[in-house]
Amino acid sequence: MANIDKELDARGLNCPLPILRTKKALNDLTGGQTLRVVATDPGAIKDFQAFAKQTGNELVESGEANGEFTFVLRKKA
Amino acid sequence: MSNKKLAIIATKGTLDWAYPPFILASTAAALGYDVQIFFTFYGLQLLRKSLDHLKVSSLGNPGMPMPMAMDKWFPVLAQALPGMQSMMTMMMKQKMRSKGVASLEDLRNLCAEADVKMIGCQMTVDLFGFQPSDFIPGIEMGGAATFFEFAGESDICLFM
Repeated sequence: MANIDKELDARGLNCPLPILRTKKALNDLTGGQTLRVVATDPGAIKDFQAFAKQTGNELVESGEANGEFTFVLRKKA
Repeated sequence: MSNKKLAIIATKGTLDWAYPPFILASTAAALGYDVQIFFTFYGLQLLRKSLDHLKVSSLGNPGMPMPMAMDKWFPVLAQALPGMQSMMTMMMKQKMRSKGVASLEDLRNLCAEADVKMIGCQMTVDLFGFQPSDFIPGIEMGGAATFFEFAGESDICLFM
């Protein structure tokens, strides 16, 4: 498992806040660094895939456990 | 490669219809779009300094889900009683808060931070007698031609 450079807790937030907070958090990282996001919005699964596809930031990991969704994004170089 | 562009016309001044323009604009900005919103007629309410005055109404809105199945037994005419609109608005705000929906102020701030350009329609500003001091700072005023300057080159153009 890759090391994580930054964590974002987006639990309890609803669309579009998880994506907006993620975008902000990525701004603090440099290319190649990773961000882990935890969210509870069920719409987040599709939204994070779409976000990664459109922004070029790579969705390295995507998982679900106990109603929480975890995403790891690697910032575009 | 230049950024994709999203142009929105916001024409409604209710609590519920304030969401779509700000949600889509802020999300598009996060996805790398250049975004402009043109606020006209009742949409100008969304540029007021405070958004506390925005209300939602069940009147003329049969699609609005009502608490306690009120739509089944509560006469439509009774929804016109004084205080009903404020009550509906209060209940809607409570529901939104409990479900983690962002506040309009937050979404609007996020739009501003993400350089979403907000333009007030000069004609309707004059029509309703608004003053520049009624609105948040950082917005511009313009007319239809101003809108088309951006919208004509946009990839997505939405009327709300």
